[in-house]
Amino acid sequence: MGMTMTQKILAHHAGLPEVKAGQLIMSKLDLVLGNDITAPVAITEFNKIGIDEVFDKNKVALVPDHFTPNKDIKAAEQCKLIREFAHAKEITNYFEIGEMGIEHALIPEKGLVVPGDVVIGADSHTCTYGALGAFSTGVGSTDMAAGMATGESWFKVPSALKFELTGKPGPWISGKDVILHIIGMIGVDGALYRSMEFVGEGLANLSIDDRFTMANMAIEAGGKNGIFPVDEVVLDYVKEHSCRDYTVYKADPDAEYDAVYQIDLSTIRPTVAFPHLPDNTRTIDEVGDVKLDQVVIGSCTNGRIEDIRVAAKILNGKKVAKGIRCIIFPATQKIYLQALREGLIEQLVEAGAAFSTPTCGPCLGGHMGILAKGERALATTNRNFVGRMGHPESEVYLASPAVAAASAITGRISNPEEIAD
Amino acid sequence: MEAQGTVFKYGNNVDTDVIIPARYLNTSDPAELAKHCMEDIDSEFIHKVKDGDIIVADKNFGCGSSREHAPLAIKKAGVSVVIASTFARIFYRNALNIGLPIFECPEAAVGIAAGDEVKVDFDTGVITNVTKNETYQAEPFPEFMQALIKAGGLINYIREQKAQ
Ligand code: SF4
Repeated sequence: MGMTMTQKILAHHAGLPEVKAGQLIMSKLDLVLGNDITAPVAITEFNKIGIDEVFDKNKVALVPDHFTPNKDIKAAEQCKLIREFAHAKEITNYFEIGEMGIEHALIPEKGLVVPGDVVIGADSHTCTYGALGAFSTGVGSTDMAAGMATGESWFKVPSALKFELTGKPGPWISGKDVILHIIGMIGVDGALYRSMEFVGEGLANLSIDDRFTMANMAIEAGGKNGIFPVDEVVLDYVKEHSCRDYTVYKADPDAEYDAVYQIDLSTIRPTVAFPHLPDNTRTIDEVGDVKLDQVVIGSCTNGRIEDIRVAAKILNGKKVAKGIRCIIFPATQKIYLQALREGLIEQLVEAGAAFSTPTCGPCLGGHMGILAKGERALATTNRNFVGRMGHPESEVYLASPAVAAASAITGRISNPEEIAD
Repeated sequence: MEAQGTVFKYGNNVDTDVIIPARYLNTSDPAELAKHCMEDIDSEFIHKVKDGDIIVADKNFGCGSSREHAPLAIKKAGVSVVIASTFARIFYRNALNIGLPIFECPEAAVGIAAGDEVKVDFDTGVITNVTKNETYQAEPFPEFMQALIKAGGLINYIREQKAQ
């Protein structure tokens, strides 16, 4: 029986000719990642093992991005712990404030992931790198510690869902609308334990940034990973960012899937997830009158240059509505600089938006934009759980940067088609 | 191995943000975390839970972030085992890796009510509802996991292997 793309990558890394869904395997790792919330726990666990070195100092990445620049004393202590560990173990890929970014935008940008890799990260959105044709998945801190020590990790081989994409999305439709549509269709546990493989001629109409956004939210459907085939778009990105060798894996023609979904991208509307689950979606046409207090554009889902460009395009020459806080946070320093050079930051600040240094900040209700009781935000982030951005009685709506920028102008959830000239 | 205790019952999609809200994640001390365990859906939980008690839930328990703080908080609060129809996969890994036993058993999730007295046999996967005099069969751990849990989690397991 044939293997899916994910199964092929795993079989190769486990040194096996073939693997089957459900099988427990031990896989070699190409990268082990952690952040300022998860790495301190992993470091404590690592130290209990009683070895001095990490398995490969070039294959561990530490990114302090969640509560940074340090939000309070406790956060400062956590970051200090990582910094000292990185120094002591001579870890090459430790990224300090000033050169950092949100891990899932930063890691591909630094060329640390290439097609065919197996990556674990102690952060659920590690699945983002599937956009590059790698197997990457979120794990816990103990997995991270074990991975740093041994360069291996155990996996239960996943079965897969296949999404066949056709057609061309409309002008204001992005990868965010596509993935929200899919999550709305299959539910927050629709892909539980499984791979989500995205294929089809429609891919040619999705940029690498669209694909990062889609792979990023595979976990919001419960998926173990999301993965895209390696085409020209991927290879262009990889050649620009990395000098590492890569391997292209393709799903076998007779690979088995638990289900196959056909999606015509031309039919997808701007899509919004209502509180308090990402699968509680409605198209913009069904949203009704939802007044907002805050609009947040950024995160590992939608803080890339294309996202900032779309926001600037819509907000340029307009004003954020009175009484709305519009907070924009680019995902990395490189994106920040690019936005600066393209004049986007000026346009956004002129429009009345607050522009932040890269940080996870508001996305997880950490800092830089917490919601009070009863407040309502529209965000381009990936989670709208109870209390995600602040008070347990606040509300988060998820949407694309285009919807977010349009909504910042009107003060209620709005269709970019109606705002843009 | 065996566990017995009183059941706290929850529904579908209990996410890691309610198991331990992100606002408390600026520490990784299990005792500190445990103080806020389940706070946003059940503020009474931490005042009522006794050592050995059991959490039973429906589908997709532990969905959301990869924070290991979630199973750590549950374990430190005194919970001996979590039973659910299904678990979110990262929570599943994390729980076993830190030595918090968990069982997937849809029948038990349906049959067991809040306050029931329940007994779990880890070796056979048999779950006994003492209050209702019913039993449910869960899949026992595969050998690999038995070894992990017996060692008290993944780190001890690796340490033991390194020592050999
Ligand atoms: S931006 Fe949000 S979802 Fe992404 S890594 Fe940071 S906290 Fe997690």
